[in-house]
Amino acid sequence: MRRVGSVTGVAHPIEIRGLVKTFGKLRALDGLDLTARSGEIHGFLGPNGAGKSTTIRVLLGLLRKDAGEVRLLGGDPWHDAAELHRRLAYVPGDVNLWPTLTGGEAIDLIGRLRGGLDERRRAELVERFELDPTKKGRSYSKGNRQKVALVAALASDVELLLLDEPTSGLDPIMETVFESYVDDFRDRGGTVLLSSHILAEVERLCDRVSIIRSGQCVETGTLAELRHLTRTSISADLAAPPDALRSLPGVHDLQIDGNRARFEVEPSGLDAALDTLQAVGVLSLTSQPPTLEDLFLRHYGARLEPHDHTGVPDRDAPRDRTGS
Amino acid sequence: MTGTWLLLRTFLRRDRWQFLWWSLGGALLYWSQAYSVDGLYTTQAEFDRAAATMEGNLAFIAMIGPARALNTIGGQVTWQATAFGAIVAGLMSMFLVGRHTRAEEESGRDELVRAQAVGRLAPMTAALLNALVANVVFGALVAISLVAYPLAAADSISLGIGVTVCGWLFTGTALVAAQMTVSTRGMYGLAGAFIGVAYALRAVGDVGTPFLSWLSPIGWYQAMHAFSGLRWWPVLLLLAGALVAVATAYAVFGRRDFASGVLADRPGPERAGPALRGSLGLAWRLQRGSVVGWTAGLLLGGLMFGSFGDDISDVVGDSELSRSMFLQGMQDLVDGFYAASIVMLALVAAGFAISSALRPRTEENEGRIESLLATAVPRRDWLLGHVAVTVAGTLAVLVATGVGLGVGYALVAGDSGALDRFLLPVLPYAAPVLVLSGFARLLVGAAPRWASLAWLPLVLASVVMLFGDLLKLPQWLQDLSPFEHLALVPAEPFRWAPFLTLAALALVLSLAGQVAFSRRDLH
Repeated sequence: MRRVGSVTGVAHPIEIRGLVKTFGKLRALDGLDLTARSGEIHGFLGPNGAGKSTTIRVLLGLLRKDAGEVRLLGGDPWHDAAELHRRLAYVPGDVNLWPTLTGGEAIDLIGRLRGGLDERRRAELVERFELDPTKKGRSYSKGNRQKVALVAALASDVELLLLDEPTSGLDPIMETVFESYVDDFRDRGGTVLLSSHILAEVERLCDRVSIIRSGQCVETGTLAELRHLTRTSISADLAAPPDALRSLPGVHDLQIDGNRARFEVEPSGLDAALDTLQAVGVLSLTSQPPTLEDLFLRHYGARLEPHDHTGVPDRDAPRDRTGS
Repeated sequence: MTGTWLLLRTFLRRDRWQFLWWSLGGALLYWSQAYSVDGLYTTQAEFDRAAATMEGNLAFIAMIGPARALNTIGGQVTWQATAFGAIVAGLMSMFLVGRHTRAEEESGRDELVRAQAVGRLAPMTAALLNALVANVVFGALVAISLVAYPLAAADSISLGIGVTVCGWLFTGTALVAAQMTVSTRGMYGLAGAFIGVAYALRAVGDVGTPFLSWLSPIGWYQAMHAFSGLRWWPVLLLLAGALVAVATAYAVFGRRDFASGVLADRPGPERAGPALRGSLGLAWRLQRGSVVGWTAGLLLGGLMFGSFGDDISDVVGDSELSRSMFLQGMQDLVDGFYAASIVMLALVAAGFAISSALRPRTEENEGRIESLLATAVPRRDWLLGHVAVTVAGTLAVLVATGVGLGVGYALVAGDSGALDRFLLPVLPYAAPVLVLSGFARLLVGAAPRWASLAWLPLVLASVVMLFGDLLKLPQWLQDLSPFEHLALVPAEPFRWAPFLTLAALALVLSLAGQVAFSRRDLH
């Protein structure tokens, strides 16, 4: 299988700086920065309405930017749209199929319009996703519509995948199938932008993550880098009450109950905290690694549903359904 | 049956405007026949002459029904309105039943309702009662409008009751269809086909094989002979038919699973055929049903007008109303009539051209172009694919109109040159039709939220064409209709200048729409 990333040698398939997009009075994107490096799976995280889909639509040349700089695979997403689209595949969060076309026809149609499909992989994907390609578009469930789009995207020979909450209708088994194909795609040198609000999925798949909120990028980096922004939670049984913990910087939510202590600690205070525990004498200790969810909690102050399979895909652009 | 009453009240409330519009439309269909016949003929002698001509016209009889007492207003109303009235009641019943049964089941809303304290038969029973009530309203308005006209009360009421019970029968068959198919579209296809077969059976029957008319519910309705020796017993046939259909529907419903149908959804092809490639292939695939339907419809429309032959003068009568409507002020009766018919049919063809130009907007609205435009198809090409289908489809529809007129005329008048005589004058109307279609495309490109305004120019053009002189509309307003500028061939000689001007205007509008579309945001 050919390695796709090196074909054009673009170091940053996606490069966005200061992107602004307004809909009337609503400022959907407000100076967004985003860079995806060649050969990585880049997680694009944010709550509904943060601007994820709007960003992807600008990248696809469906929406015209108001300000800022956007480079897609080294080209201009608005002016070179059709040319660039030969080299990428897209899966929308809300897949709408033609009611009278079968799933198989829709896969072939999208493939042909892009310039061809890998026949062997198409057959394999249809089987792995357990998709019935002879059903009409109107009779598919949400998950099956999503599978049609996923087969069409994953069976194509492209350099970049743009995936907008691609698993919101899939069951856990199908999610695993999806993840193995995305992994495989990256291993062949492809780049992926994966928008999601399912944190577990992002943690399993992504090399780097950007978190957006209200149209701005608030954090970006590798998972390891982002974990420095989070806290480790520790609970320990000790030989004596660890009162010295009370005065340590970086320790939060400390509860001391006799010889037992529970607390959260910032990466910078971890070393000192462990020293303190050791000084008292540790009988048992459990530590929970920081999760992206902690990061979310601190950025948004509210809990996101980490396994929201039924979630409504975010529609940050006001969709006009009036007219004919 | 728990919950039936509650559901029925909800349905009645949701559908009250539909009841009103369908019933008003139906009543108008009957009443307007009385009104127009009254206005058309100034003396009874003239009326007798027209009736004699009509009675001998087999094309008319096939189209609308057995000719009885055509020299009376009541006879004319019965003749002209019953077949179409029954069809309108049938379509109303079909849509009302479908909307509350199969459509709800397909969308999954029915599941939500059934999860409540609602009996298994309640949603279906409520949908049935709802449609029965709608038909009562329909028939009542028909009867009232005719009694008020005033026509003979008993016969007027029989027309109302007949159409109500005929509508009940079609309600029953629609309910059966709802048990058969999985998709709502399929259900409408099946229920519509039943109405179509009922219409066709009586058409063949009325022309010369009477027993076939006795196989058709529409034939039973017409067998009541309103205004020509009224008899009531055919109502019993209709009632029995309705009962059998409803009982069948309940029996099938009891034996099938939720969300399933007796006829399984046919699996389609696993792979796309070679024609489904590129934006043109897709646009054709999406619009071919509509192109074929409109082409067939206008072929039929052309046949209808063509089969008047040369007997125009008797049918049109001498009144000012009909002269201005049917002849557009022309002196020569036959040519004037056909010139005006061509304009009327071209206005209908514009319906296709506008709806076809709005199709890309539907695709955008339904969220289906995102995945497409993320492929290597430039949005310009995607739109051009639809434009090509619109233009080619418009030409196909107009050619069918001309062929229909020519063949219909040739069959009745025995004139083999008729095809040339009618086909050529139809073709230039591609220009005004495409002007309206280009306007629709401009709206789709520049002001997508207002796309439905694309129908406004067609309304204006129709009003100007039918009532412009009668209402004494100001000339500038009449000139706004692109249909007013072409020469009225065959009554007048063809002129190139207005045709070319309109063609250029259509091109400019279409290009402007194309440019605007390629510059705007897509959602």
